[in-house]
Amino acid sequence: MTGDPALIGLSLHELVWQGCQMLLMLVIAPALVGLIRKVKARLLSRRGPPVFQPYRELWRLMHKEAVVAETASPLFRMAPYGQFAATWVAAALVPSFATGLMFSWSADLIAIVALLGTARFILALAGMDVGTAFGGIGTSREILFASLAEPALLMITFTVALLAGTTLLSAIADHLLLQPVGLRISLALCLVALMVVALTETGRVPVDNPATHLELTMVHEAMVLEYSGRHLAMIEWAAALKLTAYLSLIACLFVPFGMATSTEDPVAMAIGLVTYFAKLVGLGVAVAVIEVSVAKMRVFRVTDFVGGAFALASMAALLLFVSRGF
Amino acid sequence: MTAPSTSSPETTPAADPFAGAEPVVAHRPWPRFVLQDAAAWTALAMALGRREGDLVALFADADAVHMAVRGAIAAPVGGVAVASLPVPDGRFPSVGAHHPPAIRLERAIRDLYGHIPEGALDARPWLDHGVWGTGTPLAARAGEPQPADYSFLPVTGEGLHQIPVGPVHAGIIEPGHFRFTANGEAVVRLEERLGYVHKGVEGLAAGASLERAAKLAGRVSGDSTVAYALAFARAVEAALGIAPPPRAHLLRGVLAELERLANHLGDIGAVCNDAAFALMLTQCGLLREEVLRTADAATGHRLMMDMIVPGGLARDVPADGTERVRVLLSRLEPRFARIVELYDTTPSLLDRTVATGFVKPADVRRFAAGGHVGRATGRDFDARRDHAYPPYDRIAPIVALREAGDVDARLWVRIDEVRDSIRLIRAFLDELRAGPVKAEVVPAGEVREGIAMVEAFRGDVVAWVRLAADGTVARLHLRDASWFQWPLLEVAIDGNIVADFPIINKSFNCSYSGHDL
Repeated sequence: MTGDPALIGLSLHELVWQGCQMLLMLVIAPALVGLIRKVKARLLSRRGPPVFQPYRELWRLMHKEAVVAETASPLFRMAPYGQFAATWVAAALVPSFATGLMFSWSADLIAIVALLGTARFILALAGMDVGTAFGGIGTSREILFASLAEPALLMITFTVALLAGTTLLSAIADHLLLQPVGLRISLALCLVALMVVALTETGRVPVDNPATHLELTMVHEAMVLEYSGRHLAMIEWAAALKLTAYLSLIACLFVPFGMATSTEDPVAMAIGLVTYFAKLVGLGVAVAVIEVSVAKMRVFRVTDFVGGAFALASMAALLLFVSRGF
Repeated sequence: MTAPSTSSPETTPAADPFAGAEPVVAHRPWPRFVLQDAAAWTALAMALGRREGDLVALFADADAVHMAVRGAIAAPVGGVAVASLPVPDGRFPSVGAHHPPAIRLERAIRDLYGHIPEGALDARPWLDHGVWGTGTPLAARAGEPQPADYSFLPVTGEGLHQIPVGPVHAGIIEPGHFRFTANGEAVVRLEERLGYVHKGVEGLAAGASLERAAKLAGRVSGDSTVAYALAFARAVEAALGIAPPPRAHLLRGVLAELERLANHLGDIGAVCNDAAFALMLTQCGLLREEVLRTADAATGHRLMMDMIVPGGLARDVPADGTERVRVLLSRLEPRFARIVELYDTTPSLLDRTVATGFVKPADVRRFAAGGHVGRATGRDFDARRDHAYPPYDRIAPIVALREAGDVDARLWVRIDEVRDSIRLIRAFLDELRAGPVKAEVVPAGEVREGIAMVEAFRGDVVAWVRLAADGTVARLHLRDASWFQWPLLEVAIDGNIVADFPIINKSFNCSYSGHDL
């Protein structure tokens, strides 16, 4: 097989598309954050910073000195890159504009959950590394929420896997796209559960407030309060990537329409890209609307909120066990 | 002005602390007594401890300590009275040992004047952080600088950890240090440390001209500049026996209520923003901005600084200025109603405010906490009504009162006060007639003393002034409402979680600058 020019050409072609997908995630993630901030500002009768402001912030942070506490271990310095890499890979594995890309065989939902969990684990260790009170508070809250959100995400995974017969995200999307799945109660329950998990995991209102200056109320921000400069840039970028990954996941599972199923057809790819952007914008606006219309919950009420997501996802999975018709 | 006597044989203490004491002639409008001995001072402190009156202020001179009280204990002598105790040896019996609200005031006296409260429960410094380069700056002779280290009260128990917060915060707010001892999220104890913005106002005021002292008073706490300037002006007017013209009184009322409007609007939005509900912040912010711009158009300053001076107003408010205030009110009213509706119909927000940061009625009464902190817990006191000063003597405020004592109740007190301020401003403007706005201020040619209590948006502000024969200020003491609210914040957090502290703190919105002086 090796040496066959046609096959090499094919795999090169596929590699390019896969590279596009990975870069796309990296590049659009800050814009998504900027978009949500902009929409939120407009809803609040403010003008708001430009949509592309997060890029400037990343640029600024990259050029600032990274201040590291004297008590920090080497872990503290490495953690931002580790969690960035894990999050990036997880985000890049979520099919965005096309299914069946080169690495899609590895785009297993359970793998994505594990990658995001790894990123959080690294950051949680770093949060406690310096030994300040805020790092500890933020980490304990983040882990508390994650310990409930992760099982919920896994139950969602199992539900869609029951429907599609696989945990490969690309194949699930193909299945939902090409088979007459129809409107299903189980999918509706999963959608609600996944939205709750997404809001929780990405630290949005009503669980966490990414815009707050009140250190005592922070969750994610408290955990990374000691970071500055390029380290902080990596963390912020990873947070944006995580948000993009979750919204892409929702788009891929519940509105897969328009996704290209073959890398051979440039028109389909173009349609896939355009619809993907439209979906992201739509979901970003939805996040902004949710953030404006509800207050943040008390810390211990979040467990009910995320627990509800787990219950919904479990119910969806159970329903499918009872009958594939749900 | 005389409060009805509520004393009866059962409640009257055996010894009247004021018995045999001669009132100081030059002190107005409420009397000041120089107590015969330390025993009378202690008797007064113990009476406060038995809740026979409220502590209004506790302050000092180079050679005396003064305690202002109101309520039953002062009823026989006019409702409010100042008791003075000469301290030739620099020692006086501690009031805080019998009446805890006095503890921090005593610590401040010790820091500034060096008078030592004997038998005090807490001998740590308060305002002095050991960075002044001197000790007891206002005493007759400067003392030793304080050591810079400070020990927080010990907390022992299993699984407890400390969270130091501040004095530099992540947001642009005033500096204060909060030391939490927590078990996970549950707060076991909160201890405040304040004094970071001590500016030496009392030292600066000594020897200042009336004009300069009025400016100083207006800069103690920027958000309450009208209230402070009014308190100072009223104290001076009382001392010198000056009656400002009617137009000045009414305009002062308009300014004071505009200040209340602007601050309450800002607070209502800010409290909700601490629950990450930014919509309330921006909508209230818009209204607050309109109030400030109208104030700017009417007085030439957004916060109406330096408008109120002893004798009346520094300058008149032109007719188009008062007209703009009227227009503002008609624009404000419907929009504020919608904001209140938004608050009242957002369950996720109410879930954060209701039953959060509860303050016990007994604590509020013991500390005589004024403003929304007191009134949200059923303490029915408002200086505008209970020590009715013009223009509230003719047009009385409707005192907003709630019983729940939580964040929600403190918000509703503010909401009710916004509504009432709108009504009051309209009523003042209706009464307004053309005329002079300033009476002449002439030195009395002798030492005079005056005291005044004014309701700022946070609560009652007290100004006590001693004027020298040439009309300059010999001694000025300004007491912010926050002195008696800060300690309650420490108990309001009891039983709450760490993450709820910011919203509770914001619902109090105590002054750092006014407290640290």
